[in-house]
Amino acid sequence: MKEKRNIFSILLDDRHRARTISYTMVAVAYIILEVMLKSGNLSSLFTGLLVPATCYLVAAIGLNLNVGVSGELNLGQAGFMAVGAFSGVCVSGILKGAVPAVPRLILAIIVGMLLTAFVGFLIGIPVLKLQGDYLAIVTLAFGQIVMNLIMNLYVAIDSTGLKVSFVENNFELQTGGKYLINGPMGATGTERIANFTAGTLLVVFALVVVYNLIYSRNGRAIMAARDNRIAAESIGIDIAKTKMMAFVISASLAGAAGALYGLNYSTMVASKFDYNTSILILVYVVLGGLGNINGTLIATVVLFLLPQLLRGLQDYRMLIYAVILILIMLVTNNEYLKTKFSVLRRKKA
Amino acid sequence: MRFLSNLINGLGLGSVYAIIALGYTMVYGIAKMLNFAHGDVIMIGAYVAFFALTRFAVPLPLGILAAVVCCTVLGVVIERLAYKPLRQASSLAVLITAIGVSYFLQNGAQLLWSASPKMFPSIISSGAIELGGLSISYLTLITIATCIVVMVCLTLFINRTRTGSAMRACSEDKGASMLMGINVNQIISITFAIGSGLAAIASVLLCANYPTVTPTLGSMPGIKAFTAAVFGGIGSIPGALLGGLLLGIIEILSKAYISTQLSDVIVFGVLIIVLLVKPAGLLGKNIREKV
Repeated sequence: MKEKRNIFSILLDDRHRARTISYTMVAVAYIILEVMLKSGNLSSLFTGLLVPATCYLVAAIGLNLNVGVSGELNLGQAGFMAVGAFSGVCVSGILKGAVPAVPRLILAIIVGMLLTAFVGFLIGIPVLKLQGDYLAIVTLAFGQIVMNLIMNLYVAIDSTGLKVSFVENNFELQTGGKYLINGPMGATGTERIANFTAGTLLVVFALVVVYNLIYSRNGRAIMAARDNRIAAESIGIDIAKTKMMAFVISASLAGAAGALYGLNYSTMVASKFDYNTSILILVYVVLGGLGNINGTLIATVVLFLLPQLLRGLQDYRMLIYAVILILIMLVTNNEYLKTKFSVLRRKKA
Repeated sequence: MRFLSNLINGLGLGSVYAIIALGYTMVYGIAKMLNFAHGDVIMIGAYVAFFALTRFAVPLPLGILAAVVCCTVLGVVIERLAYKPLRQASSLAVLITAIGVSYFLQNGAQLLWSASPKMFPSIISSGAIELGGLSISYLTLITIATCIVVMVCLTLFINRTRTGSAMRACSEDKGASMLMGINVNQIISITFAIGSGLAAIASVLLCANYPTVTPTLGSMPGIKAFTAAVFGGIGSIPGALLGGLLLGIIEILSKAYISTQLSDVIVFGVLIIVLLVKPAGLLGKNIREKV
């Protein structure tokens, strides 16, 4: 017998509950923050954190697809952000004057995303042949390689056109020409065209992509490959293809986040995207719960803001952050507390 | 001749990496965890040695001893407080905790001793031995000699003592060694103690070569040594030596002949190629997956 269902019961059933909560959280947060922003109730410190927060959200949602849903530990997400950031900055710099800010931002994000997807595909071919800790260390190595390559990249533009050089910085720029990427000094003089609305839309885009993937046939294949590789293979799932899909989509979301991030600052150095940043994003994902997108959203916002809120404690804030991180891991993995909580949960049900 | 002297410099750097890599590989072999905080133990060792040698002006052997004792205690304390409660947890949870410990040590050091770099006193005379046109600095010789001594002692310890065989048993099968009456928790503590003590020795060698002490001093050698451990086959002690030496040589040679800026790219690139050809590292055991 088919039960007649209204829109609310559909939104809150097993398949849709997580997405409903995600979209509601994003919408509510956006409305509140936008109203505060417009009415001038937001401190300048907090205003400056809005766009980076959305960037980290997008990168973390992407990483959760890779680490949580696909089950491959990736320690190089920041490398993908770097690819997106610097390609986005280049696109915006080249088109400056020819295209107005909003379409330029969209174009920069799209180019950043596509280029990162391509880089992710190239890196994925060797990386996904490995498993476990070895896969993790190779992604870490690739992150470092990407960062170091960008630190040696020189891109400049002048009246004669675009100039690209590697390691050697031997341009003779015409008057009016300028560097878009200046080797170790990174991107300089970028026009800041990113804004909070674009960031929020990008978060929504990431959510749509990831949720639609998770609840699709491909998504179930990815999870099957994670839970039992051999069993999944035996029922005809192409492991290499599903792992690659998750890896590339994860990378491309990081690229989009990076493009937005790069266009939010007038200067940006490649060393910003070192392995510490990769690990920071991984911590957001793990603390939020692997495979749980809502957890990622909450953990990213809380952990991103925590060091800023602890600013009153000045020098101690990073120390406290570290202690909180260790304590959360110890408490959430404590066998005694786990059994206590499971008893509570059963009583509720 | 220039190639030979570069090769020897590479061996010198590689010896430092090898000693650090031993700490990673032993902990991985026995506790099956990536100890991300190992690089920061090196940093603490460097600060302890620095203060012992400058503020308290103790003789060099006593300074090294102080660093070794402090790091050993620190390693055991970290293991007891942060890693032991997570024995049953997923490896990812342990990894995150290790990252937390690493953050904690770096920021703690920054609070205690400020971020401004400190100049490590020169502890080994800057002279060099001339060998038919080839000059090898005392520092490089001592570094390589230390590495050899450490390797010999460690190999003897692992193969000839009761504790050593208990360690080998634990790395083979923890459950079975527990049934044989081996105190696994104690063995893991001993492993951390040895690894951290080696980190202290490495810290003094590192600072003798690159004499600036900062709170982030340990992170890059830490990652490189970790790479070396994976390169040689993580869990294998000869593998750590081989991986460390090769990594040092590759780094110095690529700095000398290819490009200074791209040396890290080459080092990590070689690691990736090796892992693709031999997925368990150069000397690692290939474990067959059973259905």
